[in-house]
Amino acid sequence: MTVPTVGQRRSWSARLAWAAAAVVPIAFLLVFFAYPVGSIIEHGFREGSILDVVRRTRTGRLLWFTTWQAILSTVVTFVIGLPAAWAIGTMKVPARRIIRALLIVPFVLPTLVVAAALRAVFEVIGLDLNHSVLAIVIAHAMLNAAVVIRIVGGYWSLLDHRSEEAARVLGASWWRATREVTLPALAPALWSAAAIVFLFCFTSFGIILTVGGPANPTIETEIWRYAVRRTEFAAAAALAVIQLVAVVALIVTTNVLERRTQTGGTARPRSLRPIRSRRQKVAVSAALLPASIFLLVPLGVLLERSLSFGGGYGFGHYRALSKTSGGTLFVPAADAIGNSLWAASAACFAAVVIGGLASVLVVHRRWGRALDVGLMVPLGTSAVTVGFGMLVAFGTPPVDWRSSWALIPLAQALVGIPFVIRSVVPALRSVDERQREAAAVLGASPRKVRMLVDGPVAVRALLVGAAFSFAISLGEFGATSFLVRPERPTVPTAMFRLLSHPGEALQGQAMALGTVLAVLSALSVLVIERLRPNDAVGW
Amino acid sequence: MSSSTFSTRAGAFALSLLLTAGVTVGCTSDDESSGKAGDPVSCSPEKLPDAIAADTVKAADTKGTTVKLVTHESFTPSKGIFDSFTRETGIQVEVVKSDDAGSLVSQAVLTAGNPVGDVLFGIDNTFLCRGTKKGVFVPYRPAALDDVPKALQLAEDDLATPIDVGDVCLNYSKSEFPDGKGAPVGLDDLKKKSFEDAFVTENPETSSPGMAFLLATIATYGEDGWEQYWKDLRANGVKVTNGWSEAYETEFGGGSGERSIVTSYASSPVADVVYSAPVRETPNIGVVADSCFRQVEFAGILRGTKHPEAAAKVVDFLLSPTFQSDIPLSMFVAPVNPKAEIPAEFEAHATEIADPITMSPGEIEAGRDAWTETWTEIVLR
Repeated sequence: MTVPTVGQRRSWSARLAWAAAAVVPIAFLLVFFAYPVGSIIEHGFREGSILDVVRRTRTGRLLWFTTWQAILSTVVTFVIGLPAAWAIGTMKVPARRIIRALLIVPFVLPTLVVAAALRAVFEVIGLDLNHSVLAIVIAHAMLNAAVVIRIVGGYWSLLDHRSEEAARVLGASWWRATREVTLPALAPALWSAAAIVFLFCFTSFGIILTVGGPANPTIETEIWRYAVRRTEFAAAAALAVIQLVAVVALIVTTNVLERRTQTGGTARPRSLRPIRSRRQKVAVSAALLPASIFLLVPLGVLLERSLSFGGGYGFGHYRALSKTSGGTLFVPAADAIGNSLWAASAACFAAVVIGGLASVLVVHRRWGRALDVGLMVPLGTSAVTVGFGMLVAFGTPPVDWRSSWALIPLAQALVGIPFVIRSVVPALRSVDERQREAAAVLGASPRKVRMLVDGPVAVRALLVGAAFSFAISLGEFGATSFLVRPERPTVPTAMFRLLSHPGEALQGQAMALGTVLAVLSALSVLVIERLRPNDAVGW
Repeated sequence: MSSSTFSTRAGAFALSLLLTAGVTVGCTSDDESSGKAGDPVSCSPEKLPDAIAADTVKAADTKGTTVKLVTHESFTPSKGIFDSFTRETGIQVEVVKSDDAGSLVSQAVLTAGNPVGDVLFGIDNTFLCRGTKKGVFVPYRPAALDDVPKALQLAEDDLATPIDVGDVCLNYSKSEFPDGKGAPVGLDDLKKKSFEDAFVTENPETSSPGMAFLLATIATYGEDGWEQYWKDLRANGVKVTNGWSEAYETEFGGGSGERSIVTSYASSPVADVVYSAPVRETPNIGVVADSCFRQVEFAGILRGTKHPEAAAKVVDFLLSPTFQSDIPLSMFVAPVNPKAEIPAEFEAHATEIADPITMSPGEIEAGRDAWTETWTEIVLR
């Protein structure tokens, strides 16, 4: 490009590049979310009057309960997760890679396992809290602590700790330094994580039905009840709209808070602090304890059940899994694992590409914020709405892809993308502007600046998001349960098949398969995190 | 997808967002329907499609056709079951699955006329009328239906074909009631003090066996008595879960849990033996024969299919002795075709229910929504 009018050309080509980058996430959001959801809501409203529905479905009470249980769950999740985020994000904790990988496991556990784990705990403490709001809150914290630990911990490891140390040296107490220096610096990540956890709790389905019991319905479970059990699409659509309005309001608010609290501080990967004194040892252990209990209890219950065999313990159920044939309910474990890994890889890839592109737009283009909000909304949208929406929307000839296998990873990517964005955006925003300027002054082109300066920071954050979207897909969150799917068993559908028949062999095999799933998810996370380039240090 | 449909839909969507945002505030009115059921409704659609004639099916060349069979996750026939069928007819059967029977039916209603597949299997008598009424199916009468008992031919205008039959029954733990001693013998017993806090059942709004059990109580005690029955059950400490798994596996513990009586299936003892680990010869659970509600599962040809004749041949096959004989041990329900062979294991442990409780699909459809709302009011609030 040795043409004289370089400046003009560059802005032209730059504009074109931005537009090209924007097409993919925007098209994805419109085609796979806005269009299906719009279609199903329109379908519902053709069937009945909104007013009548709102009157009948106790909407006010539902919205109130759904909201406060989600707020309470988010708070408890932070109480459990934040100390662990500090330890994992800033201290040289032994085996932290493995701990971090394990933390993702609750995400793939079937709700029946989480429910069983809770019951075991309630039995030990001699309190039957099953089917109570408290049980819902604990279960939510169990599942979502990982979100706080990884998103906040990841950001924490990027913070320059010199200002905090300076404050301490100047005589500030630990509490004051935390409150006035560390927390404000962390705020963007805190808001990011809070938004995700809240949305997950707001639209939580399996936990509400199983742990919460029949007397604690939320908007999400009521949408399902009206659409799936009663075939009343008008009522379901009305509730879906209420859910959307609430979710959009929340996302816009947290989005503003996340940006307002951005201090423009410096981010450079810092080295972890070694644990030297006894006091530090105690502090780190105490910080990790609640999260560890929340992680180990469900895992322990799962393992115990998978090994318990005819009054004693043994590997009988695992041996049964490794056979290649059995009753008709039997799914060869290798097939199910293969299918699951394939779908999860595809979903993860889609989420990383789309989420990654979107993150760059969000940070560098003002209109990117709208995209940010838009791509978060699927996380707060009922799985029934999206799944049924796709059935209504994608059935128009000539292309009927409603029963296509490809729809499954794409629907899962909808849930994975927000994780990618919420991990990458705060990290990118925190890149020290001076570093960018220095690079530019030294002659780097804007593109090169982004590659050299933003690149390493972004990749690390991207992998945090990738790990989540992979795990979500392995555990089959979201819309996929309400799509029709070709007969291709995945680990969760095989477990479902085993669990829905009497017979302890099937129960045991399901638990063994669940353990395999847990190990698989932890291993995948380790592998995903190994993918990062060598120059990225720390987290 | 054309761009014009998209923009109108998106517009409708935005409009509905605005409308509802304005409307929802402060509406918490609680009035519920009274739970009175009317007369049975007609289960035929407003416009009945032309039936697929048996002789056109016989004459049709179906080589190279692929038929999509839409069903639920519990459809688990033996591997290769369709092989002989494919050899004979040249039809490939592709199975696509929905989560459960509820999703299956609501998805079929949602896509009525523009179906995801060609044949649907897995709509039961509690949902049947809703499906047929909403125009999901095309009439077809397989020749083999003549062999099937009249009591199972529940679909109006041949809109669906019965395939299997099972019973939802009270199950009890044999460790709690050895050889059935002291176990309940009918619905009435559950009100007794001796069964206080012993019974766990499923929410009829979220679970098929739960729905069947509610219908059993309504059929037994009538419009005037069933509400009081459930009030008594509540006073006696009935526990309600949302799903069968939680009730059967967790609360009932497969026969060794905290609760000793559960709503499950007449065939539960069969699965309990077939899938015992380590292997046992006798089941740990018993069945209360006088508490059973009959569930019949149907297959139907989806309206809008491009391959009506091939789809009809698949329905014929589902009713054939080959498929029917596979049903008992693969899906733990009984075949409807008397020509099917019943495996010894099934015969030995399944409880034959001579006189099950029944209700017609039209009655169920007429009462269902109001009953479940009243039930929720009585049992959960």
